[in-house]
Amino acid sequence: MKIAVCVSHVPDTATRIKIGADRKTIDSAGVTYIINPYDEFAVEEALKTKEKLGGDSLVYAISVGGDANKESIRKALAMGVDEGILLKDDTQRDSFGIAHALAAEIKSLGCEIAFFGKQSVDFDNSITGQVTAELLDYNCVPVVVDFKLEGSKIIAEREIEGGREVVETELPAVITTQKGLNEPRYASLKGIMASKKKVIAEKPAAQFSNYSEIIDMNLPPSKQPGRILGTDSSAVAELVKLLHEEAKVI
Amino acid sequence: MANKILAILEQREGLLKKVSFEAASVASVLAKDLNLEVEAVVAGSEIKNLNEISKYGIKKIVHLKSSDFENYTSSGYTEAISNYAKEVNAVCLIMGNTALGNDLAPRLAVKLNSGCVMDSINLQVETGEIIATRPVYAGKALVKVKLSSGIKVYTIRPNVFKAVLSENSDAVIEVKEISSPNLRSRVVSFKKSEGKLDVAEADIIVSGGRGMKGPENFNLIESLADSLGAAVGASRAVVDAGWRPHREQVGQTGKTVSPSLYVACGISGAIQHLAGMSSSKYIVAINKDKDAPIFSVADYGIAGDVFEILPALTEEIKKIRS
Ligand SMILES: Cc1cc2nc3c(=O)[nH]c(=O)nc-3n(C[C@H](O)[C@H](O)[C@H](O)COP(=O)(O)OP(=O)(O)OC[C@H]3O[C@@H](n4cnc5c(N)ncnc54)[C@H](O)[C@@H]3O)c2cc1C
Ligand SMILES: Nc1ncnc2c1ncn2[C@@H]1O[C@H](COP(=O)(O)O)[C@@H](O)[C@H]1O
Repeated sequence: MKIAVCVSHVPDTATRIKIGADRKTIDSAGVTYIINPYDEFAVEEALKTKEKLGGDSLVYAISVGGDANKESIRKALAMGVDEGILLKDDTQRDSFGIAHALAAEIKSLGCEIAFFGKQSVDFDNSITGQVTAELLDYNCVPVVVDFKLEGSKIIAEREIEGGREVVETELPAVITTQKGLNEPRYASLKGIMASKKKVIAEKPAAQFSNYSEIIDMNLPPSKQPGRILGTDSSAVAELVKLLHEEAKVI
Repeated sequence: MANKILAILEQREGLLKKVSFEAASVASVLAKDLNLEVEAVVAGSEIKNLNEISKYGIKKIVHLKSSDFENYTSSGYTEAISNYAKEVNAVCLIMGNTALGNDLAPRLAVKLNSGCVMDSINLQVETGEIIATRPVYAGKALVKVKLSSGIKVYTIRPNVFKAVLSENSDAVIEVKEISSPNLRSRVVSFKKSEGKLDVAEADIIVSGGRGMKGPENFNLIESLADSLGAAVGASRAVVDAGWRPHREQVGQTGKTVSPSLYVACGISGAIQHLAGMSSSKYIVAINKDKDAPIFSVADYGIAGDVFEILPALTEEIKKIRS
């Protein structure tokens, strides 16, 4: 079976955000980029699925973006993914634009299952997997914390408010992964060496014009630093009074 | 026939969720500004409190009904709601950014050839167009976004928009039976988590970090949470250590929350933690290090020992509550 895993390339979560001069993007000077943390769960699940299926299953890591994204594809290769594909586009695409490119590639590769992260920690849209699935007319279970594939049947648990939903569906499907699903493996030294030798295929991303336009990016209004009321339990009475009378939240 | 804006409501176990009232309220305000007709639409089996929606400026509720809709089915709900939206020429859909909304909104958008903006914290009409504001980079920045598609889909962050009561009138409830819904993908059961309240839905959250020293001390957090009717949250450090379950994690790779009150106990305030909670209305920090970054976002703080402060605080809250 052919298995896809879609990875995005995002600023390290420790990054302090500076707004770019165009006021639509961030200033990327000095920012370290990493594979999207949720996508590591997707890579792991893709590899586990391949191992379980055995035979001649193949895992493809696909990313839409500029050359820099190759770094995250390489990370996936180092973990054990078979082939890397960059769908090249240096412009900024919205999730629909990204999903259109991914859907076209997943279809032409003939992947029956595609793993996504639940969310890319840059724009936090949390929709690319669902949109791709709908474009392909694949089933989709987002935010999965437990995944079983039995023949063509999928039983997946997804995290929702107050508990987990158990969802049943069939291949072909898109799964988006949440922390808790698995423990992503470390890339072995051998894997890292091998990944350096692999050629990442480059193709132009399928044409699509964005549906959304960013008209402004700004920092959230900054907060006045608060009051430290004391250093021991003698401050408790005042704290409760303030919460009750000033903030009126209790 | 005027074009329509639809508030897509969410029900669980036959009861509309709070965010549905917020969505209804937002949709009726936008309808006025854009001169559209507003309707509420809900997929479900039996729903007990449907008529409550009429308090939020809604005159017509469409219930897409099937006994197979008791539990969520993404394929079934998507098909039924998108068909209805096409039938009435809906130009805009508003729903909550919940687990269900997160699954449904993008699928509806694809079916309707529209774009969607997720997790809006403000929706405003400027020169005839809807401008959405939403957090990006886990709230470290905000963007204003405009959709260029003919039909537009928005999800709203729960707890941020007020459900504004308008003059009370009865709403017409139209029931549409959905025969043989699409059940390609469906929820077969629900495993309720042991924790009482989910951080994503709570109005008050009490969170503990590594400063709590061990899982056995979280009873102090739980007692305070109980006294406030709050949910228990956690930093990633304590989730990774296995002291607390992941569903309680607040932060960039956990849940993003904006309760009225967030109490951080023994949490340093790393940037990834702040990203998930700094938009809370009021923040209280209890940390023995007065230079901990959590104090930079806190409204009130006590620079002391959680083991001394927490029991005293719980007692004081109980007093004021009784
Ligand atoms: C990719 C990535 C994603 C991440 N995502 C998240 C996320 O979603 N959420 C998250 O929380 N973190 C996240 N982190 C981790 C984050 O960087 C911090 O490591 C974490 O938040 C620290 O947790 P903490 O505040 O509990 O622990 P610490 O930083 O160790 O802080 C403990 C605090 O307790 C105080 N303390 C100790 N004893 C006492 C006492 N007796 N009384 C009072 N105070 C006391 C100390 O002064 C200290 O400030 C992420 C990191 C990475 C790399
Ligand atoms: N540029 C991209 N290239 C490949 N996959 C992506 C890209 N952007 C997002 N994804 C995938 O879609 C998931 C959800 O992203 P998002 O909808 O942007 O939050 C990510 O975790 C990735 O798996």
